[in-house]
Amino acid sequence: MSIASASAPSTTAALALEDLEVVYTVRGVDRVVLRGVSFSIAPGEAYGLVGESGCGKSTTAYAALRYLPRNGKIVSGRVLVAGDDVTSMTTSQLQRFRATEASMVYQDPAQAMNPSVKIGRQLVESFTLLGQSKSDAQTSALEALRRVRIADPVRVMDRYPFQLSGGMQQRVVIAMALACDPKLLVLDEPTTGLDATVEAEVLDLVRVLRKECNAAVLLIAHNLGIIRSLCDRVGVMYAGRIVEEGPSHQVFVDPQHPYTVGLLRSLPRHGVRKTERALATIPGILPLIGSDLPTCVFVDRCPLADDTCRNEVPPVVPVGTDGLHFTRCHHPDRIPELIEALPDIPIGILAPSDANPEVLELTHLSKTFRQRSVNVPALVDVDLQLAEGETLGIVGESGSGKSTLAKTILGIESADDGGTVSLDGNAVAPNTSSRSTDDKRAMQMVFQNPDSALNRSWSVRRILMRSVEKLTGIKGDEANKRVEALAAHLRLTPRHLDLKPRQLSGGLKQRVAIARAFAGDPRIVVCDEPTSALDVSVQAAILNLLADLQAEEKTSYVFITHDMGVVRYLADRIAVMYLGRIQEVGPTDDVFNGPNHPYTEALLSAIPSVDGEPTSRIRLEGEIPSPANPPTGCVFHPRCPRVIAGVCEVTEPPLLEVAPGHAMRCHIPIEKLRRLQAKTE
Amino acid sequence: MSDSEKFVPKPEEIVSTPGADMLVSHTTLTTTTIPPTTQAEIELSGVVQVSERTQARRENWRLILRRPAFIIGVFIVLVWTVCAIFGDRITPHSPLDYRSIPHLSPRASFPFGTDEQGRDVLSRVMAGSRDVIKVAPMGALLGVFLGVIVGMVMGYFGGWLDNVLSRIVEAFLALPVLLVALLAVTTLGSSSGVVIGVVAALFTPVVARTVRAAVLAERDLDYVTSAKLRGESSAFVMFKEILPNVSGPIIVELTVRIGYAVFTVATLSFLGAGPQPPSPDWGAQVSEAFRVISAGIWWTTFFPAAAIASLVIAVNLIADSVQSVLEAS
Repeated sequence: MSIASASAPSTTAALALEDLEVVYTVRGVDRVVLRGVSFSIAPGEAYGLVGESGCGKSTTAYAALRYLPRNGKIVSGRVLVAGDDVTSMTTSQLQRFRATEASMVYQDPAQAMNPSVKIGRQLVESFTLLGQSKSDAQTSALEALRRVRIADPVRVMDRYPFQLSGGMQQRVVIAMALACDPKLLVLDEPTTGLDATVEAEVLDLVRVLRKECNAAVLLIAHNLGIIRSLCDRVGVMYAGRIVEEGPSHQVFVDPQHPYTVGLLRSLPRHGVRKTERALATIPGILPLIGSDLPTCVFVDRCPLADDTCRNEVPPVVPVGTDGLHFTRCHHPDRIPELIEALPDIPIGILAPSDANPEVLELTHLSKTFRQRSVNVPALVDVDLQLAEGETLGIVGESGSGKSTLAKTILGIESADDGGTVSLDGNAVAPNTSSRSTDDKRAMQMVFQNPDSALNRSWSVRRILMRSVEKLTGIKGDEANKRVEALAAHLRLTPRHLDLKPRQLSGGLKQRVAIARAFAGDPRIVVCDEPTSALDVSVQAAILNLLADLQAEEKTSYVFITHDMGVVRYLADRIAVMYLGRIQEVGPTDDVFNGPNHPYTEALLSAIPSVDGEPTSRIRLEGEIPSPANPPTGCVFHPRCPRVIAGVCEVTEPPLLEVAPGHAMRCHIPIEKLRRLQAKTE
Repeated sequence: MSDSEKFVPKPEEIVSTPGADMLVSHTTLTTTTIPPTTQAEIELSGVVQVSERTQARRENWRLILRRPAFIIGVFIVLVWTVCAIFGDRITPHSPLDYRSIPHLSPRASFPFGTDEQGRDVLSRVMAGSRDVIKVAPMGALLGVFLGVIVGMVMGYFGGWLDNVLSRIVEAFLALPVLLVALLAVTTLGSSSGVVIGVVAALFTPVVARTVRAAVLAERDLDYVTSAKLRGESSAFVMFKEILPNVSGPIIVELTVRIGYAVFTVATLSFLGAGPQPPSPDWGAQVSEAFRVISAGIWWTTFFPAAAIASLVIAVNLIADSVQSVLEAS
């Protein structure tokens, strides 16, 4: 029964879960969240848990340290940390255990620290708790900061959490977690809120520290790439059960459970483009917490399911010969059928040709905010064009001006004098309220978080109706018909129309938000990270939908994202932004194949790939400078690994075309970049 | 540990989906690939069952009805309301004209005793609820109404408008409440209309601040941006989009304010700035009678004062229950 039993005997394992069952009591009813989870982690090993939101990953982590919320309880099974049974500890034993044996790092570092206490005092506290004297703790704290590679630890000790960037904060939290030299380190989505470049740094750090401390690591992440790059073994969770477990390279290369296959297939990988095929999706949704499942947990969504799957809990089946890889499936022999059957339904999109008319043109677009009587240029002299039916991807770290660009295009923020936004060759007013209805109708937006984007007290029908009426001028029955047609087009049923947003799943909510943007047949839709709040299988469905709509309606997209896989799938051209400036812009293939601007190169190399392709990482030194006080010359020079001393800090390079349609802002000649970048690959 | 909160399953996450059974037949087709077009059909199951949601809300109301505090509060308010509506039609004696021996202590024939003019205190206390029951909720309602408008404008527009209004609100809050109220009532007269207006004016700034804070949290949500993108007017965004989402705190504020209003109205009439003798109004009764407490005649003061207290407490009990139910849902 126990998957764990094969990998390490539970008495010596750093963490062993034995058939753990956890329930949450809601309104007096116990709802099962974990249905017999078993795995074990050897000392010094890194184990990853992946799965869609709601599958029980975090509950597992919390249960491992007995940190369950008040309405959660362990009903059966055991948790052993280094042989000690955590489930039967008394409160004081538990306190000692948490103080000395195990540590946890949460998703949001800002919440893990006291905002009104200096970093130094918080760190010192975690050492004095262990019984060190004040002065010893002081030394230990400094040492801890050095250990997590914080430059200038003395100064950092004297700062408040809000004065540090997200990456630095997470380092400090890790330093605190390591204070007790834990045998077990639990990381719950430790890099989810961070930029790709910072994420890469934090992951590097965890990798190094793991070796130094010889701590076992339990990593919870929804990003498969992170798990692949950091973990020795991985467990794939679904509906409170581990459905597949094995060495991460095996699981990701040769998945043996239909769910794992589905997860991996729904990722845009291997440079696949919308012009080649639609993304695979996993139909259906996760069974609800607490539902009775005397079956295979994945049965409702599995293409292989038959009567056996519907009636019996599948056994744990070993895969291969090394005794490490297991799946919980009745039909492991039929997995190859799934893998071969990748959908090759092309989406009816042809790459937009040069013949397509230009819809949107931005010329000398700048936006300067005024904060406390200081000018902060958030957008500097941006020139971009967008053709009909084209997708322009915008990438860059947070603070690079991506969202400001979107807002300025839409007129939510009005551009500085001198910059213009032109629609079909005619300049439009800088702010939304002074734009004509036709101009408003032509440009709409899809937001990142549908919970915030949809009015929670309105029904879906009212949301769509209002947009149709306001943007097209159609009223009454006619408008209602249009709403229903629109909903059908977005594959929402009439039943959905009378629900409130909170009654819909995340994917459906985002569909409603997209439907609203398409209410007035827009020419351009600005999408601000529309899938980053969604699970990968839902993300695939939304990306397919966006591509379909584009093929049918010839809508142009400005697509803002930090996910390179997504932008590669959907975008025809990509613009890379840094500190409010376009650093590189070109066709997607050119941008991905290089030669690149050194910043693009660093961004690309920072992505942890689920395919585990060997990438030589380019580390970016330092933080993004403040836009209020940008560096001289090329704004990227202080962090550029290829900086030319004496040139880059003096003059800002112009945005020069290096190949047809491909332009970048760099002093290094393109041929030299090509040679340099070929060498590192 | 606040982080753990997010793992508590929300009610909407744990109710069962209607499409789930149907799903099996959908997805068990022998095809191994599901074309993206069928995805949405199957995603139907992303809908949380409506009836269970409504059920959850009904359960909340059942919860509130099960709270003894709520029941007691409603009962007391109902009793006083009945007294206010029927007045001297249900009092044992006429509250104004009946005369017996003055200053009789409470006894079977006069459970609350008689006052210095020999009038029945019980009858007077019953009839005296009329003014408070009418004036206090109206004043609170008007105050909340004005406060919502002012707070909405402050929160939504922000900037200099918010600054100017905030300073005015603060200035208002700095004034000694009773002094201003007394001044207003003595200059404008002590009619119900004036008292309602005074209570409303006193409450508007307080309510405005509460509403402003709630609106600030809503203003930056994307649905507001989306409304601007389709060219909605500010008034539409404020009162059609944002208002329904801040109704919770406003309802709570209203119930709390009614409690304060009862107290304020009673205080004003105690100070003589309300219904004048021989009106049986509670505040007026207390002010007529409190000087004789030292002579051991406590009942003429105690019963009207207890009536005031009971109404204030009852309204607060209701407010507490409403607040906790609204916060839970």
